[in-house]
Amino acid sequence: MTRAGKRIVILGAASAIAEATARIWAREGARFILVGREKSRLDAIADHLRLLGAAQAHPLVLDCATADAGAELAAMLKALGGLDVMLLAYGLLGEPKRLETEPAAAAELMQTNFCSAAAWCLAASAILERQRSGVLLVIGSVAGDRGRRSNFVYGASKGGLARLVEGIAHKLAPVGARAVVVKPGFVDTPMTAGVAKKGLLWADPDTIARVIARAAERGGPTVYAPAFWRWIMLAIRHLPAPVFNKLDI
Amino acid sequence: MSSDFAKRDGVRSWGRTSNHSQHVARPRFRDELNGLIGDAEASSRLASGLRRSYGDSCLNSDGALIDMRGLDRLIAFDDRTGTLCAEAGASLSQILAFSAPRGWFLPTTPGTRFVTLGGAVANDVHGKNHHAAGSFGRHIESIGLLRSDGARRILSPTAEPDLFAATIGGLGLTGIIEWAELRLERIASAYLDVETIPYRCLAEFWALAEQSAENFEHTVAWIDCVSRGTKFGRGLFSRANWRADDALDAHDDRTWKSIPCDAPVFLLDRLAIAGFNELYYRKSCARRGLRRQHYASYFYPLDALRGWNRLYGRRGMFQYQCVIPRSEAREAIAILLDEITRSGQASFLAVLKTFGELASPGLLSFPRAGVTLALDFPNRGMDTLRLMSRLDAIVEEARGALYPAKDGRMTGKMFRHSFPRWREFVVHRDPAMSSDFWRRVSS
Ligand SMILES: Cc1cc2nc3c(=O)[nH]c(=O)nc-3n(C[C@H](O)[C@H](O)[C@H](O)COP(=O)(O)OP(=O)(O)OC[C@H]3O[C@@H](n4cnc5c(N)ncnc54)[C@H](O)[C@@H]3O)c2cc1C
Ligand SMILES: NC(=O)c1ccc[n+]([C@@H]2O[C@H](COP(=O)([O-])OP(=O)(O)OC[C@H]3O[C@@H](n4cnc5c(N)ncnc54)[C@H](OP(=O)(O)O)[C@@H]3O)[C@@H](O)[C@H]2O)c1
Repeated sequence: MTRAGKRIVILGAASAIAEATARIWAREGARFILVGREKSRLDAIADHLRLLGAAQAHPLVLDCATADAGAELAAMLKALGGLDVMLLAYGLLGEPKRLETEPAAAAELMQTNFCSAAAWCLAASAILERQRSGVLLVIGSVAGDRGRRSNFVYGASKGGLARLVEGIAHKLAPVGARAVVVKPGFVDTPMTAGVAKKGLLWADPDTIARVIARAAERGGPTVYAPAFWRWIMLAIRHLPAPVFNKLDI
Repeated sequence: MSSDFAKRDGVRSWGRTSNHSQHVARPRFRDELNGLIGDAEASSRLASGLRRSYGDSCLNSDGALIDMRGLDRLIAFDDRTGTLCAEAGASLSQILAFSAPRGWFLPTTPGTRFVTLGGAVANDVHGKNHHAAGSFGRHIESIGLLRSDGARRILSPTAEPDLFAATIGGLGLTGIIEWAELRLERIASAYLDVETIPYRCLAEFWALAEQSAENFEHTVAWIDCVSRGTKFGRGLFSRANWRADDALDAHDDRTWKSIPCDAPVFLLDRLAIAGFNELYYRKSCARRGLRRQHYASYFYPLDALRGWNRLYGRRGMFQYQCVIPRSEAREAIAILLDEITRSGQASFLAVLKTFGELASPGLLSFPRAGVTLALDFPNRGMDTLRLMSRLDAIVEEARGALYPAKDGRMTGKMFRHSFPRWREFVVHRDPAMSSDFWRRVSS
């Protein structure tokens, strides 16, 4: 895999974090297939990436939560002639209260964040294994590290996804391909637009993008973004239940 | 108000003198804008950029702000003509990072690269090459404007000349600028040959300004607004031309140093400021002469220090910028400087620059033939406001004008005096758009 001309598929390419990451790769001359739901948005992103230096930026309109992952990815592979990076970025945050009380809302979130994501990851894993190269990058979340009363349905979907990616990384290691789950903390994006007060723990999408771009080169299977979240989550995971239960987080 | 708008504290303009919370939406895509501007029944809207305006022209406390920074994509570039089309939230810094290595530069640029394309259009900004290139709006080929009735209008000097003229320098009041098409200028180097010449009095400044206009593309002067007596009116004249050495390296935003917190009051002490001025003048005199400088350090010296406005402490600062027509300039600038130095309130940053004859295209454009003086005043409350009112009287008498981008306190009377075509402008204002500035000067 050369640095220039990487062949990249981005699922959820209109996400703020994904777009910031794509800009880094575009400057290195990458070739993209940009998957998302809104054509006009993908077009705007693709025009910009091409001007930055992308050798190719091809928008593809799909609902990732319901698409046939295996067939779609096979077609993309054919169009690109190989797969150096797949970034899975799409996701839903949902409203915690609704997720707990409305099964349909929880099911939709699980279908989006976990079930469909798992299908895409497995399809990518098979390709990378066959190629004996390439990397699968998946955006998880620190929320997946320990179930907390504030948003455990979302947390469960991201936690499950992290386990899956870990397993794929383990499976791919012997052939030289990689899988990495990148776990951002709080990121200032449309997903979190409702949060008015954004303190010191908040990062901007560019910061997360740099971590993801580094993960495309080396490291894994678990990367925190920014890195200090590793220590925060280590502490949170190891808090004894009596203490943890007193925390309103 | 729709849930797309969240109430936020700490949304301030560059001068940091007012601190009302604002309702802010942060769209990332053009298709989101219709929903944001369209439900303005209850309250007004205003697009904002990087909020490098000093006063209240980029704030809308009674209504809501549409923060355009998320719409920052380049759309198209023609490398034969240098025409660049970009979303309005793209910063000049981003544009330069793209264009400078390709041998293209902004046709003219303000003293910071951290302004958006939309903001640069809406204030019809000017730069050190005004005498050679005119204002920013002269180099705009077309504008995509979204009105609150949902209409998407494409404006150009020929297609919709009236709304185009209202939107250039239109302070965001004619609708949301979604994108703009800008003609860049060829450069053969990212470096300039810069000459710095100390002058001892205003008469010397006028002579230098006159001599330099023809042979130098960029001219500007720093002026000491503190010293009196024999040092009255001294300063440093700088003039520059682009080099042609093919070194086209772009700037790097990552090398910023940053001011993490508000400066303590003693830094704003009059003695401290006088000391800075003396030191700066002497140091620069010692380094007079010709130097090779990168565009980033030549055009944007302050950008190297992120958040330098916090050096003015918790109370913030005012900036005062006026332009005086050529015929009155010598006399009025001397009177202004006398009033300012006598007050002892000025700070270190003061700039004097001659504007050329090239007409600005906007109905409310600030640049016009003459001389412009811009300087900072640390906010000392009533004392500062009273001083600026005294300056207003001098400017008005000399048939001058004030710059809305730098203003947070001019009266409606002073506004109408500065912009005699305001009546024509009002016809084109979008009824859903307003700002703190507009409510003040139009009431
Ligand atoms: C250090 C420094 C140096 C400066 N030097 C100069 C100089 O040399 N020459 C000069 O002319 N100015 C100068 N300025 C002022 C600055 O260039 C202007 O205030 C500029 O308009 C700021 O752009 P912005 O993106 O920050 O816009 P904001 O300050 O956020 O907004 C400015 C105006 O533009 C409108 N606006 C912004 N985006 C849009 C949009 N998409 N659609 C419609 N309206 C919009 C807003 O409503 C507002 O009226 C300087 C400022 C600083 C801080
Ligand atoms: N922001 C944070 O604090 C944070 C923290 C940790 C992890 N994350 C994760 O980071 C990832 C990126 O999110 P973001 O912060 O960049 O927010 P974002 O800009 O809102 O991105 C989310 C993207 O997911 C897309 N999407 C949702 N469902 C989809 C579907 N069925 N098919 C295709 N695309 C779909 C959305 O597209 P539409 O525009 O079509 O809806 C949107 O572009 C997400 O997985 C999120 O869980 C975010």
